[in-house]
Amino acid sequence: MAAILSRVRHDTVPTTNSATTEPTWVRWLLIAVTVGFVTLFLVLPLIAIFFKAFEKGLIPYFATFKHNPAYTPTYNPADAVNSILLTLKIAAVAVPLNLVFGLAAAWAITKFQYKGKSLLVTILDLPFAISPVIAGLIFILIFSRTHGWLGRALKGEGLFSRWIQHIDENIISLKIIFAFPGIALATIFVTLPFIARELVPTMQARGRDEEHAALTLGAGGWRTFFTVTLPNVRWALFYGIILCNARAMGEFGAVAVVSGNLRGQTTTVPIFIEMLYHGYGSDVNAFALATLLALLALVTLVLKNIVEWRVAKSREA
Amino acid sequence: MSIRAFNLHKTFGNYKALDDVSIEVPEGRLVSLLGPSGSGKTTVLRILAGLEFPDRNSGGVVEFHGDDVTNVPAGKRGVGFVFQHYALFKHMTVAKNISFGLRAKPRRERPSKEAIDARVKELLELVQLDGLGNRYPSELSGGQRQRVALARAIASQPRVLLLDEPFGALDAKVRKDLRRWLRLFQEEIKITTIFVTHDQEEALELADEVVIMNNARIAQVGPPQEVYDHPASPFVIEFLGNVNRFTSGVGGPSKAKATEGKGVLYVRPHDVDIQLDESPHEYALRSKIQHIFSAGNYARVTLKRLGYEEPFEAEISRARLRELDLKVGATVSVVFRHVRLFADDRFLESDVREDGRLVEVT
Repeated sequence: MAAILSRVRHDTVPTTNSATTEPTWVRWLLIAVTVGFVTLFLVLPLIAIFFKAFEKGLIPYFATFKHNPAYTPTYNPADAVNSILLTLKIAAVAVPLNLVFGLAAAWAITKFQYKGKSLLVTILDLPFAISPVIAGLIFILIFSRTHGWLGRALKGEGLFSRWIQHIDENIISLKIIFAFPGIALATIFVTLPFIARELVPTMQARGRDEEHAALTLGAGGWRTFFTVTLPNVRWALFYGIILCNARAMGEFGAVAVVSGNLRGQTTTVPIFIEMLYHGYGSDVNAFALATLLALLALVTLVLKNIVEWRVAKSREA
Repeated sequence: MSIRAFNLHKTFGNYKALDDVSIEVPEGRLVSLLGPSGSGKTTVLRILAGLEFPDRNSGGVVEFHGDDVTNVPAGKRGVGFVFQHYALFKHMTVAKNISFGLRAKPRRERPSKEAIDARVKELLELVQLDGLGNRYPSELSGGQRQRVALARAIASQPRVLLLDEPFGALDAKVRKDLRRWLRLFQEEIKITTIFVTHDQEEALELADEVVIMNNARIAQVGPPQEVYDHPASPFVIEFLGNVNRFTSGVGGPSKAKATEGKGVLYVRPHDVDIQLDESPHEYALRSKIQHIFSAGNYARVTLKRLGYEEPFEAEISRARLRELDLKVGATVSVVFRHVRLFADDRFLESDVREDGRLVEVT
């Protein structure tokens, strides 16, 4: 009896269906290659960051951020704290602006039909396709006081100066490049598509029926937006926000071009890490600061997974 | 609340969705907009609801109870709309869904919280969903969701109820139950109702009046019995159920002979009679039985006229089938009880003479 049962089980539960599954060795090879690459390029560097940061113990690690008589770094730790604050401020400007832009763009792309829409969608992806350094240079080209069109025009120089007259002194003296506004602009530029990109597919899949239903039930535009549209896309929106935030805090290339590297003033965390690593501080200091960005990445990944799980759950329902 | 809409034109890009459509629905009636997909029926419904507007400067007008509402936005028309896929708010409970319209009212018109709760309870009873107010739409069956959508649509006591393919997404059994329930429900609250469907059986069973649409135009309007018995065009007769189509070898009474152009003769399968005697009269069609399908209330017999290739179908009672003792391959005589003859899409004749005389269609 037992023999029959085991045979039945053996017959009805095929281990490998050769028609639809690759041979065992191919599967193992593919898995091994993937795991190998992930370990080599993602896991090991992450471990290395923490390893290097804590290599000399806890005191040098914390001395990176706070003055400690036991271990004095070659730079002012207050500058490291300032770079963290600057990064937070930049994210605090870039993320909300992208939130507004992302919602507006996703709405414009999914809810209306008009000519040139596909062109708009393509242009929206530009920051993904363009090198961040070029993105930074664009702003130099526009706003630089020595090279930029607008920057020079504001000083009464160059090709475009004759269109600009009677400008308020405060505007002329406003510093954009090598200052906070320039860093914010560059960051906004590189993070622009993140939220819209996440919202568009969700909004497209939802269609317009629920909003039309709200409309026939007498709800106005704002009410419909806040009680119907927004709750429907909330997880996609949250997902877009955390990705946008991670990029805003971690951006190096575009910011490096417009930053000017004024210590403690225009150095964001990634910029400051690079400065520390190249001799301004020690390796320990550089990696200690890098652990913050690594933690940000880990937190982002965890949140992303939670959101994806929630989205999958709400799709089932 | 009576509805009148006339000269409706609607184009989407290059696509003409409505081409001069006018309809009229007296107060309290249940009217069906019937047509194949792409015929424009949903567009008519959405224009009545204010979710679409007629083409600008095309002269299209929508009137509710004699008032021009063409440019009144959807939320102010007092219309309840039930969407094909219900469009329930997935993140709200059933009770919140139903009370949405009441809660969206401007502050001075908004009922108190107690009044809203009482209304929700009353509506849940009306649509037979008592006690399910705290469920989410995802926890309900298709039929239950449909009834929530209905309750939500009528919560603010609209003057008009519009339903877009209300039973389209349900399985056959639930569909039948729910449409009978809707009929009783509509009679009870006596609300002017228009529903869109592509299912002729549904339209004919449920509606007081059927508006048949085809290619952005109205093909025919009338009570179910009338449109079924007196279809105005080949499209209507073909759309309203099974029909045999003959383009040669048969004809209506003699008048057809004189007409020019292409004649087409239609016979419903239940108007085809099969007889065993060699020739009941001169013009009976000698035909050979191809196939007999006898599972169901009626037996369907597929035949071919001698000398012709196109098959046609007869529907006879199972008692009649037994009585005739029909066998596949046997040759029988076929007589039509009632025919419709069209020439160039125009209706010509419908009756068969006493002697069953048929003439050639050229």
